[in-house]
Amino acid sequence: MEIIVAIKQVPDTLEAEIDPETHTLIRAGLPTAINSFDEIGLELALQLRERHGGQVTVLSMGPKSAVRALQTALAMGADRGILLNDRRLAGSDTWATALALAAAARKLAPFDLLVFGKQASDGDTAQVGPEVAQLCDVPQVTYVVNVRSVDLAERRIEVDRILERGRQRVRASLPALLTVTKGEVFPHFPTLAEVLEARKKDIAVWGLDELGLDRDAVGLPGSPTRVRHIFSPTRNANVELFEGAVTETVPKLVDRLLGGGAIL
Amino acid sequence: MSGPPEYRDVWVFIETEAGAIADASLEVLGKARDLAAGRGSRTGAVLLGEQVRALSATLCHHGADVVYLMDDPRLAEYRTEPFVAGAHQLVEKYRPEIVLFSATTTGRDLAPALAAKLHTGLTADCTGLSIEPETGLLVQTRPAFGGNIMAEIVCATRRPQMSTVRPKVMPKPLADPSRTGEIIEEQLRIDDAAIRTQVVGFEPEVETVNIADADIVVSGGRGLGAPENFKLVHELAEVLKGAVGASRAVVDAGWIGVHHQVGQTGRTVRPKVYFACGISGAIQHLAGMRTSDVIVAINRDPEAPIFDVATCGIVGDVCEILPLMTAEFRTRLERQLSRPG
Repeated sequence: MEIIVAIKQVPDTLEAEIDPETHTLIRAGLPTAINSFDEIGLELALQLRERHGGQVTVLSMGPKSAVRALQTALAMGADRGILLNDRRLAGSDTWATALALAAAARKLAPFDLLVFGKQASDGDTAQVGPEVAQLCDVPQVTYVVNVRSVDLAERRIEVDRILERGRQRVRASLPALLTVTKGEVFPHFPTLAEVLEARKKDIAVWGLDELGLDRDAVGLPGSPTRVRHIFSPTRNANVELFEGAVTETVPKLVDRLLGGGAIL
Repeated sequence: MSGPPEYRDVWVFIETEAGAIADASLEVLGKARDLAAGRGSRTGAVLLGEQVRALSATLCHHGADVVYLMDDPRLAEYRTEPFVAGAHQLVEKYRPEIVLFSATTTGRDLAPALAAKLHTGLTADCTGLSIEPETGLLVQTRPAFGGNIMAEIVCATRRPQMSTVRPKVMPKPLADPSRTGEIIEEQLRIDDAAIRTQVVGFEPEVETVNIADADIVVSGGRGLGAPENFKLVHELAEVLKGAVGASRAVVDAGWIGVHHQVGQTGRTVRPKVYFACGISGAIQHLAGMRTSDVIVAINRDPEAPIFDVATCGIVGDVCEILPLMTAEFRTRLERQLSRPG
């Protein structure tokens, strides 16, 4: 199987700063990690490669430092990495990001599967995967918790999704795009041998020229949405704390809650 | 300055559940009416399904001026491709200025696929929507960074402007049974061969109370100390007839299943009362519950960030406090029930 896994290097903290002019995240200098849902996607891809053979390519769009995320992915077992890096990609919203990733996927075609994490822990949109599916004209299946079977001869994949009311099984034709969520697939820690092995693997860097994209199609100019303003959410003014022995505080708290009428 | 003038009206994509309109869709419909009023235009409800025409009246009662209806066996159950095709057909023909969805699994599957097909902007999981008087633009407010920041976003030139809206934030509108509206029916045009997925099975989650709908959620975290102590959370939930929630830490540790996880990478809940038991209140957890009406925090650490968002609470040992609370509630609620009248 030819599997392309999209990963994003995200801040390993939720306390990053915002550039007051462009209203985009200042990523420089922060501790980073592979987005947790993307790690699940990568692990799933590696498991499929175990079963069906083939190649796992990791793809990421980001600043030069995102090479670190690709190196970690190679250490986990991916065969090669591609970094989409170009100053002109900076400030891309989900549409512009999807455009760039789809262009890279087309360059890497043919492929059997595109795997994305459900959402990134910084933007939280969960939009890029489905947008890439649309741009690549492949069927999408979101909220995938595991792959049940792959039939390469029949060009079919069967997956389980976790939805609000339960678990749904879906069959899709290949090539397809999956967005994955947590629950059944757990990323493994690379062994020292895998880390050393990873140093021999290739990471290519592609810019707009390699992707055949116009500068106006991506980055801030190519983004239909724009962040106008960032602010902190309002915090609760005063918490009512009950202090003293539990034999007193518990009944008082229960009184307070029953008196409030929320618990009938 | 807003976009091309030929785009008008505010639409809502309607989800149905067991033959009825989903509450989350009605919440968005209520909001759509406000926005349409702000633009001097009409509210449209997009109803795609099989044998769903009868729901049109309810949509009009809740504020729809027009119901755009597509009835097709291939729309009986949600799948991306036929729903994107149908929605796309309607948008291309009738040119709404704004299209809204609930931020449910369906909405968050459909909206980005449709937005990409339309090459337009989409903002996810909005908690606020308003029309800016000077520009006529839809101002979309949403949490990012796990709720650590709020962002205000606009889609200045592409149309329609699209958003998915977080459930249980907007109020559900009241029904006015005298309200009527127009029904416009279109035929879904898509080749069967172009539909490349099939639903082959569904297993409902067996749960006494669904966490997303519950009025009361009792959640446990690492402060409980050991997996066997999680039963204290279950006991309180049972007495209060509430749902059980959990922090990511205890779900990852295997104390309880992932369906109970509340937080940025789990479920978002907005109950009347949320009990955070032995939960420190990390930003990622707060993202999933901070808009609850009343938040009760029980934690041994007075500096725990959960106390920054809590309405009330007790600093102490959660394993000591929970059984006492359960007993107290049991006594008081039984007394209330046995009162005459």
